[in-house]
Amino acid sequence: MTEPAAGPYKVSFTRAGMLRGAAAGLPLLLGLLPFGALVGVVAAGKGLSLGETLLMSGIVYAGAAQLLSLELWTDPPSILAATLAALVVNIRMAPMGAALAPWLDRLRGWRLWGTLATLVDHSFALSIAEQRRGGRDAGYLLGVGLLLWVAWMVCVGLGHVLGGSVRLPPGHPLYFGGIAAFVSLLVPLWRGPRQDMAPWLLAGALALAAHVLGLPQPFPLLGGALAGAALAAWHEARPPPPAGQEDGR
Amino acid sequence: MRADVVLTILGMAAATYFCRAGGYAVLRTFGLPPFVQAMLRNLPGPIFAAYVTLALAKYGPLGLVGALGVVLVQRRTGSLALSIPSGILIVWLIGLLLPTEG
Repeated sequence: MTEPAAGPYKVSFTRAGMLRGAAAGLPLLLGLLPFGALVGVVAAGKGLSLGETLLMSGIVYAGAAQLLSLELWTDPPSILAATLAALVVNIRMAPMGAALAPWLDRLRGWRLWGTLATLVDHSFALSIAEQRRGGRDAGYLLGVGLLLWVAWMVCVGLGHVLGGSVRLPPGHPLYFGGIAAFVSLLVPLWRGPRQDMAPWLLAGALALAAHVLGLPQPFPLLGGALAGAALAAWHEARPPPPAGQEDGR
Repeated sequence: MRADVVLTILGMAAATYFCRAGGYAVLRTFGLPPFVQAMLRNLPGPIFAAYVTLALAKYGPLGLVGALGVVLVQRRTGSLALSIPSGILIVWLIGLLLPTEG
């Protein structure tokens, strides 16, 4: 169904492409700094050591999932809750790989599986734009991903060290940064009231209702998110009303 | 490092890599029903909407004001580096002006 593009499609994987990707990712570092630092601060606040925090950042490397898992963090940690939270937040990345198939299908071995390990929202967005401009060097995707990975490790590490030394009390305004980060991430995802209003409202309302009913995390989040996504998908699948007929019959 | 923490992190890493690489492999090999593909495409917004609703319900009205400020700054500047600190600043300033009850 989603076959590679027909016809000759030469894809390369060069160091020059990686460097070009890394250069394209440089402006993103400004946005990464507070988010990474915040993950480090929250991790320190939850009692994770610097080594544990860096291990998480290095092999999970997914800011929103890390933040959410840390928000749900208990002592001792719940492997199921943290793993499910990571799965729920990151499942959005599953179709990204499929969208990048014109590049990825031409890669093998570490180039394919290693590049996929560094896939994040921003490297996806930049690479799709590069692909649409006619770019054929898949090293670009790895270049963005690696630059952001290194920056992520540094920012999270700094946040942990600072957060650990300052010892912020619970309820400190800095912790609002966790909510602020997700609110900020919602803004560019908003495509307009027709597409997003009802699914987002349903997601929020259902999550809240499940929480009020006493369901443990991540079920309120999971239920709300899946219901909202299902409503959006249903809306997308509906045939558009015929021209001239506003609401159909 | 604590073994239970490392195991939890490994669980998160496995789930995340499954989404990144397994998602590509499964979608390319088998394909998914169009409705499921559409759900996956539409998942990010509802995830964050659900999370923000729960978090703001816990935080109270001050959080709503902060969130509104974050949205306005993010819409205007498109920069996380500005919108996140703005939200923190708003919550901090209002907290200073309005002493907490009890």
